[in-house]
Amino acid sequence: MRTEIRIGGFGGQGVILAGIILGKSACLFDGKEAVQTQSYGPEARGGASKCEVVISDSEIDYPKVLTPDIFIAMSNEALVKYIVDLKDNGTLIVDPGTTDVEDVREFIDEHNIKVYEAPATKTATDEIGLKIVANIVMVGAITKITKVISKEAAIKAIEASVPKGTEEKNIKAFEAGYALVE
Amino acid sequence: MAEEFFIQGNEACAKGAIAAGCRFFAGYPITPSTEIAETLARELPKVGGSFVQMEDEIASAGAIIGGSWGGAKSMTATSGPGISLMQENIGYAFMSETPIVIVDVQRGSPSTAQPTMAAQGDMMQARWGSHGDYEPIALSPSSVQEFFDFTIKAFNLAEEYRVPVFVMADEVIGHMREKIVVEEDIEIVARKRPEKSDNYLPFENIENGTTPMPAFGDGFNIHVTGLTHDERGYPDTNNPETHDKLIQRICDKVLNNKDKICSVKTKDCEDADVVVVSYGGPVRSVVEAVAKARADGKKVGYAKIDTPWPFPDEQIKEACANAKDVIVVEMNLGQMYYEVDRVCKRDANVHLMGKIGGLLPTPDEILEQIDRIGGN
Amino acid sequence: MSESKQNRFLQYMREDRLPHIFCPGCGNGAIINAFLAAMEKAGMDFDNIAMVSGIGCSSRIPGYLDCDSLHTTHGRALSFATGLKTANKDLDVVVFTGDGDAASIGGNHLIHAARRNINLTVICINNNIYGMTGGQISPTSPKGSFGTTAPYGNQDTPFKLAELVAAAGATYSARWTTVQIENLVLAIKEGLENPGFSFIEVATQCPTYFGRKNKLKTPTAMAAVMKANTVFKSAAERMSAKELEGKIVVGEFANTTKDEFTENIDKISVEKSGKKTVINSAYETEL
Repeated sequence: MRTEIRIGGFGGQGVILAGIILGKSACLFDGKEAVQTQSYGPEARGGASKCEVVISDSEIDYPKVLTPDIFIAMSNEALVKYIVDLKDNGTLIVDPGTTDVEDVREFIDEHNIKVYEAPATKTATDEIGLKIVANIVMVGAITKITKVISKEAAIKAIEASVPKGTEEKNIKAFEAGYALVE
Repeated sequence: MAEEFFIQGNEACAKGAIAAGCRFFAGYPITPSTEIAETLARELPKVGGSFVQMEDEIASAGAIIGGSWGGAKSMTATSGPGISLMQENIGYAFMSETPIVIVDVQRGSPSTAQPTMAAQGDMMQARWGSHGDYEPIALSPSSVQEFFDFTIKAFNLAEEYRVPVFVMADEVIGHMREKIVVEEDIEIVARKRPEKSDNYLPFENIENGTTPMPAFGDGFNIHVTGLTHDERGYPDTNNPETHDKLIQRICDKVLNNKDKICSVKTKDCEDADVVVVSYGGPVRSVVEAVAKARADGKKVGYAKIDTPWPFPDEQIKEACANAKDVIVVEMNLGQMYYEVDRVCKRDANVHLMGKIGGLLPTPDEILEQIDRIGGN
Repeated sequence: MSESKQNRFLQYMREDRLPHIFCPGCGNGAIINAFLAAMEKAGMDFDNIAMVSGIGCSSRIPGYLDCDSLHTTHGRALSFATGLKTANKDLDVVVFTGDGDAASIGGNHLIHAARRNINLTVICINNNIYGMTGGQISPTSPKGSFGTTAPYGNQDTPFKLAELVAAAGATYSARWTTVQIENLVLAIKEGLENPGFSFIEVATQCPTYFGRKNKLKTPTAMAAVMKANTVFKSAAERMSAKELEGKIVVGEFANTTKDEFTENIDKISVEKSGKKTVINSAYETEL
């Protein structure tokens, strides 16, 4: 089965790293295939940024995401801009602290989208004391909600991807995100 | 033990270079190839290699030729605007038979065009970009694994035939992340040192072969020039025979070994009415489109060109032997298409599906073409 | 000719390449002699010298010397030399170039090589004209001089190369002329000994093109004018810009020490790999 995931946010929020962790979890630790792609713009920081991952049980040929099954929005600009391709009955995960789902209510209703709220930024700030780990909190929430990667694989991938010395804080952030949703 | 990584194509290229024995890199930053330089700037010092950021791409191409004669396997990486600037020195490398590897991560072109978008607009520059007659070798990867593997292969071919070798990647393959497997045993071709003798000729006219080259400082005191030269390397610019012999040999050493150099992968071509020919990034879409078409009972196959240059005439002819229609999918308005047309036009209708703008053709777009063409 | 009358520098030449292509009266012969004398004076091992050159009359010099020589593309000698020296830091790399090669088409490489202070010795033979292509003006042609591409006189201000290179960061830069061979020999010796970027500009005569175009028909006439126009740097410092017009200022423009480029690369290599950069690794399979 092929699952297409899109993560959108503003530049500097770490959505690319979140996507890399999903891909790495799937193909290095879950025995699946994964491809991660991103759009490169001249703007290094700020603006809408997106990262895409395809995860599959079999070889992935076409590597790009056209119609995501799962869309994670970490900024309102990204939510409004990138939701349009989400599949019918798809999954939308938003950070309520940085987005307003009412802005896309029409799309959600028309396409029967399942909406989950994961307050990643607030959790990162309040529980970890580090706003910049919001992306890792979100990976925790994605793992729990979508089961597209296993929890064990995610933890291994985080350990292998974050700067040395920050592993503990990041795992804590992941766990906090994992606990956010039932 | 084989190791696995989930990395970008550009990082895989840099990793492949180091595995192949590259110990000198000179380059100039340019999107979308920059991560290759950045990775090598970080990694080369860890293996006793040298990294130099040059003042421009002309200097980069010059520096790697100097580095190669200095005894190091040498590489540069760039994109369209840079490959344009390098062409004169690339011609020098062909003329002086200097092994170097040039990686081109192609982007929207001509001119500055689309720095962050994919294209395959430099294929003919790899073939004809410098002035005069020569036979380049070029490889086009379609996955991150192949970007790693083909970079190693490029170094091996460069050493084997004493020629510049191009790795013609594109932004899609350069920037996407995938798993690669790095085997413990990687086949590496080391440079052959010539025997010291009074009658050693660094540019000897040996049949269907390549003379071993010494490094500067080895005591051979050789002269290397871009002028037409005799077998000693001495300029002999007004003698038609010297020029003819030299250039024929430089071309023949590649052309006579096409069976060893060329590589084409095919699937389902034997009974195919339609064969889709592609290389580099677009192969990914072609594979998916052809699988879907087959699943729908259509007689479609594909041929993936690993080595656009020298063009694999025989393999493409064979792959398309039974096809009524051949579709060439590439991210330009027709470059390799003309090569496929040249070898297939007597037996099949050759169609171009050229897509520009920066996005990979999608499998559905290719399926549409197959239906439109195959249906008639 | 008896053995004893042979030029003692013939041992360094590729005799099978002689006769050379230089015109009668050209300064290149004197400069080759000066270089070889300087090399001997510096106690250097000729076998460890590798030469690189670009395109032009002066760039043909390495082809006549019996050492490893890389005769490259127009203007790019310094980029090839940068690669060669970086790949094998043990080689003594000498670059022969001219005013068109180094200062026009290769101007960018010249300032960057100087900026890096890479240990190369560059002999820039400045004849103020493109000799090989038949007498076009160059970036060092004096204002008002004539060339085939300046039939009404050159309107542009020439580069002062030795000063330019010193300003760009070279640790040794000097200018002498072919009528001051002893100074020239010492400057080349200094340049060879300096562990950094060394630039020796040699003002020379091109009787065939510069001379004929500028009413200086014989090599002797050119040498006389050159000699008359030469001003030592110390004297030049007391002269006005007006007084210095058309003069050739000779002397040293840089003689200092600074970190050297390839040594810096070696330092990083030692730090990251525990050893200096590898040499001749292309011939190895196990790395």
